[in-house]
This record gives sequence, structure tokens and C-alpha cells, in this order.
Amino acid sequence: MNKATERLYNGLLKENPTFVLMLGMCPTLAVTTSAMNGLGMGLTTAVVLALSNLIISLLRNVIPNRVRIPAFIVIIASFVTAVELLLEAYIPALNTALGMYIPLIVVNCIILGRAESYAYSNPPIPSLFDGIGMGLGFTFALTCIGAFRELLGAGKLFDYQIMPDSFTPIGIFVLAPGAFFVLAMLTAFQNYMKITRARVGKETAKIQSGCSEDCMNCSDSGCARRFYDNTKTVAEGEESEIVDLEKEDK
Amino acid sequence: MDSVKELLVILIGSSLVSNVVLSQFLGLCPFLGVSKKIKTAAGMGSAVIFVITLASAVAGVIYKYVLQAFGIEYLQTIVFILVIAALVQFVEMFLRKVMPSLYEALGVYLPLITTNCAVLGVAITNVQKEYGILTGIVNGFATAVGFTIAIVILAGLREKMEHNDVPESFKGMPTVLLTAGLMAIAFCGFSGLL
Repeated sequence: MNKATERLYNGLLKENPTFVLMLGMCPTLAVTTSAMNGLGMGLTTAVVLALSNLIISLLRNVIPNRVRIPAFIVIIASFVTAVELLLEAYIPALNTALGMYIPLIVVNCIILGRAESYAYSNPPIPSLFDGIGMGLGFTFALTCIGAFRELLGAGKLFDYQIMPDSFTPIGIFVLAPGAFFVLAMLTAFQNYMKITRARVGKETAKIQSGCSEDCMNCSDSGCARRFYDNTKTVAEGEESEIVDLEKEDK
Repeated sequence: MDSVKELLVILIGSSLVSNVVLSQFLGLCPFLGVSKKIKTAAGMGSAVIFVITLASAVAGVIYKYVLQAFGIEYLQTIVFILVIAALVQFVEMFLRKVMPSLYEALGVYLPLITTNCAVLGVAITNVQKEYGILTGIVNGFATAVGFTIAIVILAGLREKMEHNDVPESFKGMPTVLLTAGLMAIAFCGFSGLL
């Protein structure tokens, strides 16, 4: 398999940012009230992710190591602003539906995570495809979650009535609590997978479970670990609590 | 009197009715991560109140006197995220030098807040809803209080549930998320308040 298709496959399935790495849960929960919103948010993030990966990779020899995170954030924020203006001009309906969550793509840890863990140390073309792959993986996951919630919560799929009339929509699934329940089921399923895999002796380290800290630090492999270098000075108590949490998850 | 009433409505609306975590899903990560003990949860909550109130004040001033004055409102996302990041760094340094006791209490949580989406979220909400500076500060404070209420309640529940017998797959995060979901249902009850 060549490099580009390998990156696409990696992002879509092997290291799917939502289902496997559990990154960027805030927008995942907030905008997946319908399949359409999930798809829109996913694609918007994918565009930003692919372009910022490309640019960061091109600039990787120019950006000094010490100020790389602020530099990443400026690049990402520029793309987010551009995409936001484009959406406002051409797809105003989606812009209204996603509202403040579009500017918040800036703090989505998938993007910063990929910049830090892949684009900053790899050439432009693989980085671009890594961004596209991860973005499509995110889109895929968001659309699935959105479809699930829409189907149960409104009996529809992409606004078409699917369920028979006799089905009473479980309204709570399109409201805020539904998002927590769906994510709870998802993490429980992941835990289940982990337990069964551990039983047959397969490697489980790649599967993360849930955010256990601030977005910036939520997972070691995909996520940027710190904002500035001094952020490492998290107190001992905090650290041990987080470690406890991780242990508990296993 | 009218403006006082308006501020009161924002205070209740942002802290309870549209709670930042339970209905807007902002700041979810610290909410789930730092809610194991009431004490740490309260510490995180007070740090969030401090930072968000300050950040909404600074962001409000910058929006009005820099971005609007030069007609470059579309740069708000870039400017806000940089201002917030710089502000948190500055607050951390300032507290360490000037108020060591407060730093002791809040310091460890400050780095965790730097990119907390709630901080940026509040700044953007203030702009989108066209709040003035004072209204924006009140909204920021109320949002942060809402966060603190939610995280302290969750921590209390988690302390009680620690030794419960739950199915193997549901141990850890899934149970916490289910609890948060139930809390979100409870908070839906506040929607009749306004």
C-alpha cells in the first residue's frame, strides 16, 4: 500500500479519531443532533484539518520548536476563520445550525493533535492525506452518531421519515442528555472490546477510553500534550488522579 | 432597573437553564477528568470562574476597542484564542509572584484551562449575542458558576458511587457519562425557570 492510501485507511478505520482515539468529544456530542449536522461538522473539520496539516508540514522547518503550539493555533485559527466566512456566504443554513461550534473547531484536539504528532514531523503530501483520512474518519463517526440519534430521537434519517408511524420517537436522544447516553454506550462498548481483546492476549494500548483530562491532554498518542512547555507542571495530586482514572478504565 | 433585571436573567439563564457543560457540551474534558473528588472539583471550578470572568472582560474590551474600531471583527477567533492563551499564562505568572496563596489554590488548574473550550465559547457567545462589556462579564461569570455547580455535583455523585458494583464494561467513564446524562435531564427541569 502506498503512503497516501495507508494514511487514508489509518484515519478512517485503524485510528479513527472518534471511535478509537476518542478525540474531540465536545463537538461530537454537541452537533450530532441529526445526521446532516454531523456530516456538515465533520466535513468542515476535515477541510480545516487537511489544509492546516499541509501548511504546518510545509512550515515545519521554519517554525521554532518552542513556539510551535501558538504557531499551530494561529494557522488553524486562520483556516477556521476562512471556512467560517465561506460557510456564511454559501451554506448559511449549516452555519446557523452549527453556530458557535464552528469557531470552536480551533480548540478541537484532533487538529492540534495531528499537527503535533504527524504533520510537524512528516513531509507535506503524507500530512495532507493524513488530514484527509482523519477528517473523513471524524466525518464518518459524526454522521453515524448523528444518524443514530436522529433515528431514535425523531424517527428520521437525513430528514426523511424512516420509522413507521407506530414508532414513538424517544425525544431525549436529540436533546442534550441523549448525547451523554450515546457516548456512554460507545465507551462501554470500547471497554468491552478492550476486555475481550485482553482476554485473547491482543494489544489494546491503541484503544483509548474517553477524555480523562483537559482536551489538550486527553490522550497521549494523538493529542498535543501541552500548550506551552511549562504546562507540564501539573501538580502531583492531579497527575495521580488522572492515572487512577486511566487505571480504572482498564 | 431594567438593566439589572436583564443581568439577572442572564445570570440565571447562563448558569442553570443553558448550563455550559450539560446543555452546551463546552468544557467537557475537565468536567469528566477532574471530577473525582469534591475538593479538586471545587478548586477547578473556582479557577474556571476566575479565568472565564477575566477572559470575557478582556475579550470584550478588545472586541469593542480594537476589532470593532478597526472593522476587523472577522479576526475574532484568532485574536480571542491568542488573547486567552496569553492571559492564562500571564495570570499564572502574576499569581505566583503577587498572591502565592491564591496561586497555591488555583495554580495547578490554570494550565488545564488554557484551551478549555468553555473560555473561548463564552467569548464567542458574548459577541454573537451582542452583549456589552458589563453584560459579557456577567454572562462569563454566570457560565463559569454553572460549570462549577455541575462539576461539584458530579464529583459528589462520583464519590458516592465509587464502590458500587457496576458491570465490568461500564466501569469508569461510561458510568460517569451516564451520571452526567441523568444530571442533564435534571437540568432540563430548569428550562421552565425563565
